[in-house]
Formats: sequence, C-alpha cells, structure tokens
Amino acid sequence: MSTTNRYLWQHKDLLSIEQLSSEDIFHLLDLAQSFAEINRRPVRKVPTLQGRTVILFFVENSTRTKTSFDVAGKRLSADTHALSLSGSSLNKGESLLDTGLTLQAMNPDVLVVRHSSSGAAAFLAKQLSCGVVNAGDGWHAHPTQALLDCYSLRQAWHDNFADRTLLILGDIAHSRVARSNVQLLHKLGVNVRLCGPRTLLPPCVESWGCHVYHDLNQAIEGVDAVMCLRLQLERQQAGLLPNLAEYSRRFCLGPMHLTHAKQEVKILHPGPLNRGLEISDVVADAPSSLILNQVEAGVAVRMAILYLLATRK
Amino acid sequence: MYCCIHNAKHLEAAVDLFFEDEKIITMTPCGHQPIPDNCLLFDATGLVLMPSFIDAHVHLREPGFEYKETIESGLTAALYGGFGQVMCMANTNPVNDTAAVTSFMLQQATTSHPYGPTLHPIAAATKGLAGTELAPLGELKNAGCVAVSNDGRPLASTEIMRRVMEYAADFGLTVIDHCEDPTLAPQWIMNEGEVSSRLGLKGQPVVGEALQAARDIMLAEYLHLPVHIAHVSSALTVDVIAFAKSRGIAVTAETCPHYLLLDDTALEGYNASCKVSPPLRAAKDRAALLKAIQDGTIDILTTDHAPHALHEKLTSMDQALVGFSGLDLAVTLTWNLVRENLLAEDALHRLWCRTPGQIFHLPTNGFAPNDPADFFLFDPHVTWVPEADNLYSRGKNTPFLGQELTGRVKHHWLKGRQLF
Repeated sequence: MSTTNRYLWQHKDLLSIEQLSSEDIFHLLDLAQSFAEINRRPVRKVPTLQGRTVILFFVENSTRTKTSFDVAGKRLSADTHALSLSGSSLNKGESLLDTGLTLQAMNPDVLVVRHSSSGAAAFLAKQLSCGVVNAGDGWHAHPTQALLDCYSLRQAWHDNFADRTLLILGDIAHSRVARSNVQLLHKLGVNVRLCGPRTLLPPCVESWGCHVYHDLNQAIEGVDAVMCLRLQLERQQAGLLPNLAEYSRRFCLGPMHLTHAKQEVKILHPGPLNRGLEISDVVADAPSSLILNQVEAGVAVRMAILYLLATRK
Repeated sequence: MYCCIHNAKHLEAAVDLFFEDEKIITMTPCGHQPIPDNCLLFDATGLVLMPSFIDAHVHLREPGFEYKETIESGLTAALYGGFGQVMCMANTNPVNDTAAVTSFMLQQATTSHPYGPTLHPIAAATKGLAGTELAPLGELKNAGCVAVSNDGRPLASTEIMRRVMEYAADFGLTVIDHCEDPTLAPQWIMNEGEVSSRLGLKGQPVVGEALQAARDIMLAEYLHLPVHIAHVSSALTVDVIAFAKSRGIAVTAETCPHYLLLDDTALEGYNASCKVSPPLRAAKDRAALLKAIQDGTIDILTTDHAPHALHEKLTSMDQALVGFSGLDLAVTLTWNLVRENLLAEDALHRLWCRTPGQIFHLPTNGFAPNDPADFFLFDPHVTWVPEADNLYSRGKNTPFLGQELTGRVKHHWLKGRQLF
C-alpha cells in the first residue's frame, strides 16, 4: 500500500454523510476494499500509520464500534488508546470541552468520538484542531456505519445502486444509523422505504424523501434489501410501545415476509441483534444475510477513514 | 434645571423636547418655540427620540447566580439598552417568594442605580416555584412586586394555575404564564419540525405551548380574570390568543425580538448559542408573530433576558442552558423592523412602552406635560459589532454576537437626569 494519498481528501473530520460527495464516498469505499485485502492475510498488519495516535473517546456504551476502530487502527500500526465512560473525567463533572482539550493536548492525529448527544462530535470538531471521527452522536449520525453498510451492499450489487429499493425497518426516530443511511443511499440513487409504528417514526418524516409504511407486509413488497434496526428495550418504558410481543408480531422480520421481497433480497442489521424481537433466527442466519459481512466491512471502512484523516496534508 | 433636547427626530418629525427636573414640560416641532437663555441645550441632530422602554420579562440572576448577572450589571445593560424599567423574574436562589428577597432585590437596585433604571420584581406564583403551594402574594405585593409568575418552571397543575390567578387578583396582580406543557416532550432541545428531525434532536411541538395558553385563556374567561401569556413563539398560540380576544377575554401576550428575527434553522450545525425556551420555531411562526405585533394580537415585546456564563453555552446541545442575553441589543434589533418598514416607529413605542405600562400599571412617558422625563436618543445609522467587551450584561450569550448591527442607543435620561 502506498503511503501517498493520490486522491485529495478535503475533510479534517468525518461528522456526517452530508459532507461527503459521491467522489469522496467511492474513493473511500475503494480504499476500504484495498484494506480488506490486508485483513485476509496471515499477518494482518501494515506500517502505514506507524507513529500515529488515535484516541477512542467513547462517552456511551459501545463494544463493537469501539473494537472495530481499535482493530482498524492497530492493523495500520497506529497507537490506539481507548477512553470509555467509566474511566472518563466527564463522570467527575468535567465539561465535554475540557475533556476534549485535554485529549487534544496529548497530540492525537485522530479523535474517534461516541456520544449520546446529537452534535457532540461536531462541537468537538469545531473546538479541536485534530481530526474527529463521529462514531455515533445521539440520534443524529453514524457515518462509518452507513459507509460499511454501503460497502457490504456494494459487494452484492457492485456499483448498481440506482433504482434499487431498500427498506429500513424499526425504530427510525431514535436511530442515527437510519439517518446516516438514508442520506448515503439517497446520494447513490437508492429508493428508501421506512417502516415502523408511528410512535417510532421521526417528526416530519415526510421531509426525509422516503416512502413511509406502518405495515411490514406492504413495506417489503419488491425490495432489494432490508435493514433491520435494533429496538432499544427502553422504548417500551418511555410509553412508545405497549409491549415487545406486539412489536415483534408487527415488525419482526421473518422468512414469510421475505417471500414478498425480491428473490435475491439482502438483509442487514447494525447489531447487536435482538433475535426474535426485530429479526428472526432464520432470517438472521440465512445466506442472504450480510450481517457478518457488515462487521468485517466495518474494520476495512474504518481503516480507510483513519488513513484519510491521519494522512491528510 | 430647564433643559431642551433640540432637533431630535420623533415619529418622522423634527422636534424640540423641553423638560425640567423630573418632568416633561412640552414637546414642540423643532424651532417652534424659542429656547430661553437659561436653558441647557442638547443638540440631538440625527438622533431619534424615544420614551424609555419597559422590559416586562428579564432574569437578573441575583440572588444566587451572580456569576451570570447581578442586579447592578443587568440594570446597567438596561440603561445602555434603552430600558427605564425592568421586571425581573423570580427564579433566583433563593426564589423570590418572600418579602425579604423582594426587598433585597430592590435594595440592590437602588444602591447600584439610584437614578434608575427602576427594578420591579415579579413574585413567584408558588413557593420555591415548586408548583404546589401558593406563594404569599400579599406580602410580596407589599414588598414591591408588580406581577406574579412561575416562569422557568411551567405550572403543570391546572388547579394550581386557577388558584394562583384567583389569589393574585385579590391584590390586583396579573399572572404571567410561561406556557409549556411539561409532560409533552420533556427534555426537548429545540422546536419539533423538519430541522429537529434531520438533526436528531428532541423537539418540542408548538402544541406544547398552545395547549397551556388555551388552558390559561379558558380559566381567564371562566374566572373573569386577566392572564398574560409570556414569550409567545408559535403561530398556533397566536391563533389561540386571537380567538380569546375575539371573545373579549382579558388576555394579553408578549413575544421577544429573537422570535421575530430567527427561526429553527439557526440551530443547524448544532449551534447551542441558539438554544432558548420556548425554542425558535419555523419560518411560518416567525411570520405569524410579526403580523401579530403589527395587528395587536400580541400586545407587547419583552427580551426574556436570560444571561448565562460562557461555559454554560459552550458545550453539547443537551448540556447547554436555554436563553439569550437580550437587554443590550433589543432596541437595535427591533429598530431593524422599523427600518425595513415592517413596523411603524409608533408601534415600537406601543409594544415596548405604552402597553406594558398599561398592563402592569407602570408610569410611562408619552411626551405630554408632567410625564416622567424618561427618554433616550437612538442613532439609527451607526454600525457596530456586539462583542463580549462592548455588551454591558455579564451574559454574552446572544446569537447576534459578532454580527454587524445598525443602530444603537446613544444617550439616556431618566427622571430628567442624563445618565449617559
């Protein structure tokens, strides 16, 4: 892998899909594809980011995303340091800005941020001079998730995104995965459908440019892919659902639903899965499921992002 | 001393204003009346003469939050902003629910600003603003409170709201209600709409305000008592108020400059400096509010001056506190509406001076003989950029910080005394 960056990546930070052009997206996916090859070697490490520092600042519980960024950084020989909620001084009353300035004073090349407040990564990016990757901010955005979803779909669809139809199923209102995916898929010309109970759809959903359904059988008719979202169990306590059994009866993606979709339908899920609640075992484990491909793609996509931000001139 | 403000512009005409000691003598067309030799002359050529304004809704933070604002700094901002009288809300620490707190506030005001601006405390509606027990409104009225409000802590209980209105009426006090259904969308960050949907921020729907306004209005009609709706932010609430007025209900209402000048797109990019309660609404709400101040559906303007320290705004959207610092810039901002022919100059006097004076029984200057000589001169042409070091309030938390503005208060007289 050459360490020179032939393509001119212009972004100091990756905060949301909105900031990316189609050229950025395909360059990033191509780069990820070349990194994926490293991930299949017997020795899965290259010296590309040797001497670079990546800080993983996760102020919200996360296992897979944090691990994925950690592995991605280490495969490129970057030094990665994780700071999680329990170990962070935010618990001691330090402000987000002060914690950010403190981390910056350690001179990282990239700060990867997960935070429960929408806009937190954008706030830090504005205040700090190091590159900031948004690894999920509140309900707002999870751009690396959308990129890895897109990467996985590209393996199946190649570059034929236009006029495909993808259904996002579940709790759209509180989902940063849904917001980032809708933006990315629209940029690629994919028709996006949304399906869920009205209590879990965002306000003014009609402004999203998607077809909206409340009945899974109608929503799935003729789609090329279904993206199930994880249902947070606290939505029931918040009065948004009567109980999980009724949710599952209405929206759990089962094999019968797939008979209405295209034959070669692909299944995605950002994980972790609530099996039997939003997705049935049969569907999760079916050959059409890309769920484990998504995890593998995650490492490659995050390698590409870390590379682009850490080597930006 | 006999004084004359010479050649000021007032409602499009050039005028001479004569006053002596604390009272207006007369206002005449410029040069209409000879200026006596012993008269102290102030040449106001190029400046606009306006009566000192009233701000019926401010938070001065003292006692308890002096790091945000003190009565001294807040009244200084009022003086330099063109306000001769301000009404301060009760959400201090301790809350203004006893005569001792009211007296302390008044003492701080008269000690720091013996010649004004005048402070008029607003009594807490309920003890500790907790929304459960009535505050001792008789004691508070006797100590100097001029109105009653639970502002900052919306009254969830309709029963308590009813009793507050009834009990306040015993003392001729009007209840000012911050209308917000606290059960609808708790922990909101901005207006619920297309922008909040896209930004992934929890929104408060306009219904949350309009429902409480409708409740208050129905109580006002049923009880035959007045109510004042604070900081109206939405078109729906304007409709509710118009309905009430068409039925002859004794409702009055206010809105603030920021609801006339900004909408929820100002929060794009997670701009916590634009987080305010009630939240900035959609463009159509802004348009409806402008129409409502023109046609009188909304009676008065207030700033809802809510100063905060820098670190309380410079943080994530969920942690940032709500509110804008308003006293320094309100006249400049609302003069924009006059400049753009969206509001008559006289309407500005009505919204900021005459009508708040009528609603809260405060003396105002109508430039008639024996009116209080409280007025300011405004330079409508000067351009300036508000920065932390040229705002008098300790709260620098205005979304207009760093933006070039046109027009500024240049001189202010209170009780006939030039204070700057």
